[in-house]
Amino acid sequence: MNKASENKSSLKFFGIGKMLPFLKKYRGMMAMMVLFGICGSAIDIGTPLLQRYALNHFVGLGTLDTIVPFILIYVGVILFTGVTNYFSALYSLWMEVRLDRDLRNAAFEHLQTLSFSYFNQNSVGYIHARIMSDTSRIGMLFSWTIIDSVWQGAYVIGAIVAMLIVNAKLALLVLAILPLLVVLFSIFQKKLVHINREIREINSKITGNFNEGITGAKTVKTLVIEDRIEHDFKSETDNMLRRSVRAARLRGVFAATMNFASSLALAIVLWRGGFIARSEVGTFSMFMSYAQGMMEPIRWLVDAVFDFVTTQVNIERLTKLLETKPDVNDSAEVVAIYGDSFEPKKENWESLKGDVEFRDVSFKYPDGDEYILEHFDLKIPFGTNVAIVGETGAGKSTLANLVCRFYEPTAGSVLIDGRDARERSQLWLHSAIGYVLQTPHLFSGTVRENLLYAKPDATDEEIERALKLVSADEVVARLEKGLETDVGEGGDMLSTGEKQLISFARAILADPRILVLDEATASVDTITEQKIQRAIDTIIRGRTSIVIAHRLSTVRDADIILVVKDGRIIEQGRHDELLAAHGHYYRLYTRQYEDEATSAFLSKKA
Amino acid sequence: MTKQEKRQKNRETRALMMRFLKGSKGLFCVSMLSAALAALADMLSPQIIRAAIDNAIGGKEAEFPAWVMRYVDQLGGFAYLGEHLWIMALAVVIVAAVKVSCQYIFRVSNTAASETLVKTMRDTAFSHIEHLPFSWHMKNRTGDIIQRCTSDIDTMKNFVSEQLTNVFRILVMLVLSLIFMFSMDMPLTLIAFIPMPVIIGYSLHFHTKFRQGFLDCDENEGKLSTMAQENLTGVRVVRAFGRERFEKDKFEAQNEYYTGLWEKLGRIMSRFWSTSDMLSGTQILLVVVFGAVFCIRGRMQAGEYVAFISYNSMLMWPIRMLGRMIAEMSKAGVSIERIKYIMDSPEEQDPPDAITPEIRGDIVFDHVSFAYENCPPMLRDVSFSMKAGQTLGILGGTGSGKSTMMYLLDKLYPLEEGKGTITVGGVDIRKIRTDWLRRHIGIVLQEPFLFSRTISENIAIACDGTDMTSIKAAAAAACLDETVESFAKGYDTFVGERGVTLSGGQKQRAAIARTLTSNTPIMIFDDSLSAVDTETDAKIRARLEERFGTASIILISHRITTLAKADKILVLEDGRVVEQGTHDELKRAGGIYQSIYEIQSGTAKEARV
Repeated sequence: MNKASENKSSLKFFGIGKMLPFLKKYRGMMAMMVLFGICGSAIDIGTPLLQRYALNHFVGLGTLDTIVPFILIYVGVILFTGVTNYFSALYSLWMEVRLDRDLRNAAFEHLQTLSFSYFNQNSVGYIHARIMSDTSRIGMLFSWTIIDSVWQGAYVIGAIVAMLIVNAKLALLVLAILPLLVVLFSIFQKKLVHINREIREINSKITGNFNEGITGAKTVKTLVIEDRIEHDFKSETDNMLRRSVRAARLRGVFAATMNFASSLALAIVLWRGGFIARSEVGTFSMFMSYAQGMMEPIRWLVDAVFDFVTTQVNIERLTKLLETKPDVNDSAEVVAIYGDSFEPKKENWESLKGDVEFRDVSFKYPDGDEYILEHFDLKIPFGTNVAIVGETGAGKSTLANLVCRFYEPTAGSVLIDGRDARERSQLWLHSAIGYVLQTPHLFSGTVRENLLYAKPDATDEEIERALKLVSADEVVARLEKGLETDVGEGGDMLSTGEKQLISFARAILADPRILVLDEATASVDTITEQKIQRAIDTIIRGRTSIVIAHRLSTVRDADIILVVKDGRIIEQGRHDELLAAHGHYYRLYTRQYEDEATSAFLSKKA
Repeated sequence: MTKQEKRQKNRETRALMMRFLKGSKGLFCVSMLSAALAALADMLSPQIIRAAIDNAIGGKEAEFPAWVMRYVDQLGGFAYLGEHLWIMALAVVIVAAVKVSCQYIFRVSNTAASETLVKTMRDTAFSHIEHLPFSWHMKNRTGDIIQRCTSDIDTMKNFVSEQLTNVFRILVMLVLSLIFMFSMDMPLTLIAFIPMPVIIGYSLHFHTKFRQGFLDCDENEGKLSTMAQENLTGVRVVRAFGRERFEKDKFEAQNEYYTGLWEKLGRIMSRFWSTSDMLSGTQILLVVVFGAVFCIRGRMQAGEYVAFISYNSMLMWPIRMLGRMIAEMSKAGVSIERIKYIMDSPEEQDPPDAITPEIRGDIVFDHVSFAYENCPPMLRDVSFSMKAGQTLGILGGTGSGKSTMMYLLDKLYPLEEGKGTITVGGVDIRKIRTDWLRRHIGIVLQEPFLFSRTISENIAIACDGTDMTSIKAAAAAACLDETVESFAKGYDTFVGERGVTLSGGQKQRAAIARTLTSNTPIMIFDDSLSAVDTETDAKIRARLEERFGTASIILISHRITTLAKADKILVLEDGRVVEQGTHDELKRAGGIYQSIYEIQSGTAKEARV
């Protein structure tokens, strides 16, 4: 994603139009927010009037005749302040968190329907920022920024009107400062936005450097580059110091201008309006309050305008996510019969037999321009084990992606039980397919919750059986709280091997007719390795399986072996046929065999 | 903990804080001073207004100290000033100019001070971490250390630059306004100040009591964020099990819960805000009413009254902030302890008489034994020697101690006294300066780490001033040249964090190129071709073999083809050297090496088909 295009705006009115559907629900609340904001502002304008009365009437005339009603009115105003401030704060806060919530839900729900190409093109960090930070920026805009603008705007208007009424000539003199101030503020604000972004970037770089200095400690030591790394780190922190001080100067000048302007307003009132004090001290003091008190709200207003400008980027990015169409779609007819991903119509679902066929499939990835498959035909009847072999990065997962309908063929079709996969819903297919990842992914929660992911209504016996089949029962037995043990974020409380076994049990629990398995290359100890091997043999039995294979045993027994190199299938056949051909498979196999035998031999000795 | 220990600990904490404050103390003093001056100037302008209203315009008898009156008389007396109000207006502007200048100096010096403090803390912590022994890094989790270095340092910074300075500023303002207000009217000052402890206390109480509420919100936001993160990283699992609906419901439930927490907290916060507003409103009412009464009784003049109200309103915000400031101060104590944990860990150290001999000669392991902390022995009585310029091959299974031997040679772990010796050129490595030794040993680690810089910077990172030709030569020797040239930016391609944009094999090759560039007299390749495909493996081996004889090379591998040409091969099993000799000797020795040789050569090939 390039920055220039992100900063350039294409939306009108700060993109507010795009947010209207979300705001509609909160019309009432926003109206209340605005109403109470105006009330609060009215009190702010009114308070100097009360003080004016106290000065003019009590002090000026030297009488306390109306002191009781005055106190009562004042107390009334204080109570009213309490009420308006309570509600304006409450509604703003609720508005913020509720809008946040709705936007997050919308983004999250939409993401559940997007295709894999979207997830391949955008990093997790990028998408995550759309769900969490864009939404919160937008929430702030439509609550606090709005109430601030209303409140401060009303105050400025009220103060101007009040001053004009009391003494138009003096009021105009004071107002003469304003245009200058607005221009100055805008210039400063623009620079501030820029420098603040720079500071944030440097700051995240420094955090990155810490990360690197710590995770790369071994390498730093062996290369003896401590000094160099430190030097580079210091130049980054130097940069941070310089930028921060520059930002402080800017903010300092900004604040100084504002404070000076309000004193200037005071001086003008004193110089040109001092005579008022001769007759009415209260009026004079009120004028001073307004003239001085107007500057801060003006700054808030300028701030608010900039909030609208900067948040526009967030609105744009979020809107872009919400408007992204999935590449893989169920047609309207399919949805009508089978339901969509959130509201399935399970009563119409046929059971799946497990025959898979590639018929004249050509395929290229949406973001690539080279065809990976061309006119590819392959029949995989139920119960067939297919192994896909090749070196790391050779493009072995393509076929698996097509079978799972994570991607659709560019031309030709993938048939499930003799019918084009597109004739039935994605959810129907996914519910009947098992998928085990190379890097097992567990969710935070207990072991049981993770297992139930595959089958929410599984009984304890079913869970037991599944665990036992893949010897994951030993893993669970070792855990302190058994099935109820928390596995931590991403399952990190378990070792890689343990995670793998649990994820096998999870797949088995779903009892899928078709199983897609991406074997891990991660190094685990020999005993775990043997368990995993046995587990794989167990789970592919009696199913149609497509295995992205790294283990010889899995490959050797496969019914069909596909050999992939540079993204293309270059050899295809059974183990002995391919070996006899002395081609790429032969070389891969030999090396793999030697490696495995060597490790097996060495670990047996140990 | 005894009192003495506690005092000792406090002293240490203070010492650490003073160490961090080096270079920023002066700036902090400047910022405090300018804050005080700004507050003073701020207090002057209501006095000018008061004088204008009461004396210049109102023509009443002035009650200022004599020195003030002298100045006024020099300017022509209050009567003259009443006719020429611009002079008083000018005074307001001048005082304002002084005030905003002081505020500006405060802001800039305070930022400069706090950022210098942050920089010192970060630099010191980073440098210290880089010099901590490797065993420390293995013991502590990365995420935890990073948190200590980022958010704990930020907390410390906020404590010093915001909480401390603000509390100081507020106290200065309080004292100054107290003086000014007292000088005008004592009873009214008392009336103004009596409600203040209530306002401060209420805010303090609120912020202490509801801290847990805010923490809950933070925690649940974290949970929600993790949920989104896990959904995104596990998108394949979600889809494959068809659990979109489940995920959506789960997320929405947590989202709802989190929002609910805020809604509840919102109610409490709004109540707090509006109550505070009412409390301060009442305080203002007291001042307005009693002030008016005092004026009528003749205790005060109108201008004094206006000035008094100005002071009072000036104090309102700072007073309301004070409670929060005090409530938040307690966080800093925890943070400094967490940073202190890092700073208290001892750095790697050489004996003071460590030497820097020529690192060229033979490498000898003499009865070396080693165990990691709380682990069974890793190396048991290992002895062997290799001549300078020779190539040594090491074969062994996982956990046989191959890598550990190399860590000991490079002093990543110290070899305890009495557990044997390792000598290079006849010198015990314990006596050699660590950085000197490491600089002469190049290691390609099993899991290479690349830095987030360009590829050429990565290759040349250990030797400054390497020219492009040498970089390219090293890349070619490591078979990385074609790969790099296929990238759009070539050698300027930026390696993503932890080298994510490169595959495992490419990373290994980049690490090999990096080691080759340094051209160290001792080179170690620790299973560094495991992720490289067969053909490339052979090519790199051939290029490495060209270097045999020019440097002492140690090759760790379980591939016979890699080891075969070595001058000497060790077979390691369970921390012991069980066989040693040349390829030709070992392949017929009837041991592990022979068995593996047979597995990997044609002899056993037919058996397996």
